[in-house]
Amino acid sequence: MNAVTKTACAAALLALTACAQPAPPVTAPVVDPYANIGAGARYQGDLASGLLGGQATAEYFRGTIGDTVLFAADQTTLTSDARAILARQAEWLNQHGNFSAVVQGHAEETGTREYNLALGARRASAVQEYLIAQGVAASRIRTLSFGKERPAEVCSDEACWAKNRRAVTVVSETGAGS
Amino acid sequence: MFRTLTLTVSLALSAALILPAAAGAQDGGPLRIEITDGVVEPMSVAIPAFFGDAEIAGKIRDVVARDLTGTGLFREIPAEAQTARPGSFAEAVSYQDWRAVNAQALVTAEVTRSGDNISVKFRLFDIFAGQPQGDGMQFDARAGDWRRAAHKIADQIYARLTGEQPYFDSRVAFVQETGPKDARIKRIGVMDYDGANPLWMTDSSSLVLAPKFSGDGRQIAYTSYDSGFPQLRILDVATVQSRPLTQGGDSMAFSPAFSPDGRWIAYSLEKGGNTDIWLMDAASGAQRPLTEAPSIETSPSFSPDGRRVVFESDRSGTPQLYIVGIDGGEPTRISFGEGRYGTPVWSPKGDLIAYTHQIGDRFRIGVMRTDGSDQKTLTESFLDEGPTWAPNGRVVMFTRVTPGGNGQPRLHSVDITGRNMRPLDLDFAASDPSWGPLLP
Repeated sequence: MNAVTKTACAAALLALTACAQPAPPVTAPVVDPYANIGAGARYQGDLASGLLGGQATAEYFRGTIGDTVLFAADQTTLTSDARAILARQAEWLNQHGNFSAVVQGHAEETGTREYNLALGARRASAVQEYLIAQGVAASRIRTLSFGKERPAEVCSDEACWAKNRRAVTVVSETGAGS
Repeated sequence: MFRTLTLTVSLALSAALILPAAAGAQDGGPLRIEITDGVVEPMSVAIPAFFGDAEIAGKIRDVVARDLTGTGLFREIPAEAQTARPGSFAEAVSYQDWRAVNAQALVTAEVTRSGDNISVKFRLFDIFAGQPQGDGMQFDARAGDWRRAAHKIADQIYARLTGEQPYFDSRVAFVQETGPKDARIKRIGVMDYDGANPLWMTDSSSLVLAPKFSGDGRQIAYTSYDSGFPQLRILDVATVQSRPLTQGGDSMAFSPAFSPDGRWIAYSLEKGGNTDIWLMDAASGAQRPLTEAPSIETSPSFSPDGRRVVFESDRSGTPQLYIVGIDGGEPTRISFGEGRYGTPVWSPKGDLIAYTHQIGDRFRIGVMRTDGSDQKTLTESFLDEGPTWAPNGRVVMFTRVTPGGNGQPRLHSVDITGRNMRPLDLDFAASDPSWGPLLP
């Protein structure tokens, strides 16, 4: 409204070369978009908004829990770093019974396509067994191997290969819970 | 969709393919290039312009010449040196003039076209003996199949001059690769052995790996992720229809191979992280394990008689090659060299096994006898893998991958003497070749 008034006055100034009084200062109250909210602030202003997901999301699992464990060359045994990540994965899965998991095993590009498929399956299975041992129901975890078909990094040296020798736990909401 | 092929042979083809010991029963025996491991001086062959329908005759001549020179065993007498070209297909050959330009063999041919059909007559001459080598032959084909007619003629010449079985009129199944290295899109194709006429057998909607031709070339077994998990599918080449061979549950199936008679399909089955080789009865679908070990067993390939399977296993600690009878029993290890051995494939001749051999960060394609002796390295690069045999057991095709983020797979072939390694002439990236049988 104020803007409309000012514009009208400005137009009047242009048309009549005079305006009886200077426009009053803008005094309309600023509406606090956070007003009238109880516990927890909820933004009610003009911008699109949403709540952060909290812990019960695949994104939280991927970004905060950690979805990937790495293996040494040709190895399928879990390192202490890997076991620490898997302990967190298991804890999260135990807390979020409405999610199931697919563990994807991968291998680096050196090695034949067929052997790497089998190697990736062993890695995925090692992760699955560890999660089961930590109390996650076996029925909630499937495994598959991509062998060397889906590298995380594409360079052809040890820096990339080390990141491609991996198992990735992908969680998705089953809805019904388990 | 394959067009039905109507290639017919006017002379008895089966008789002609019985190799030419009898065909050139003159003094000194037939003209013959011996393929040995030593350095070979290519045999000089004159292939003057074919007579008849100029357009199609020129194309057929060029394919015949490319087939022959592509083996590294023959060199062509250049056109400008062909001073003795006859005036017609029927005209007598002037042996003396061809001797003067050091031609050892001469190919003459005539192509006639009527509507959609072509007829190709050819003759092969031994210049120094001064006589034809074997009978002249005629091939009748649809005009659209002129390449097959060319390959048939080249096959005849190759067989008569080398004493080996031919292989040019054959097809290769393969995987075409597009897209970035970390999100590769793959589809299965079938093409002529020289890369011509690619036809697509699957769409690009799901990851597919390692197609394998059946012995008769009518079916292809492969690994597909179309269910989200790797399982075997089989497709009919003529209709391009596919169906699942295995279904999920909690196990993964991959790396199929047909027995030569089509009765069995050997493949890798993973359960609980452990991969063994299983046999499926192709007719009934009944399955049984061929190996039962806590180690990885994969990449099966049948012997030509279908009684034995060679495969790779890491039961010794590193991947090595083993042979087991199809009735089971204890496998016999055949590879003992340095490094890791994988993807063994049994030669159609039965005498050799080709394999991938990794030493350090380098990969090689090699061949060995079936008892593991006489290992011979044919190629070496950053990544060579997955050999497949030409139907005559003289040439292997394999995948060579270049390193780096923009690395691409390319199909290459190499003679089992280790000579004449060359990339296929393709305008796309491809991997996982499977060489089918010689076409009828």
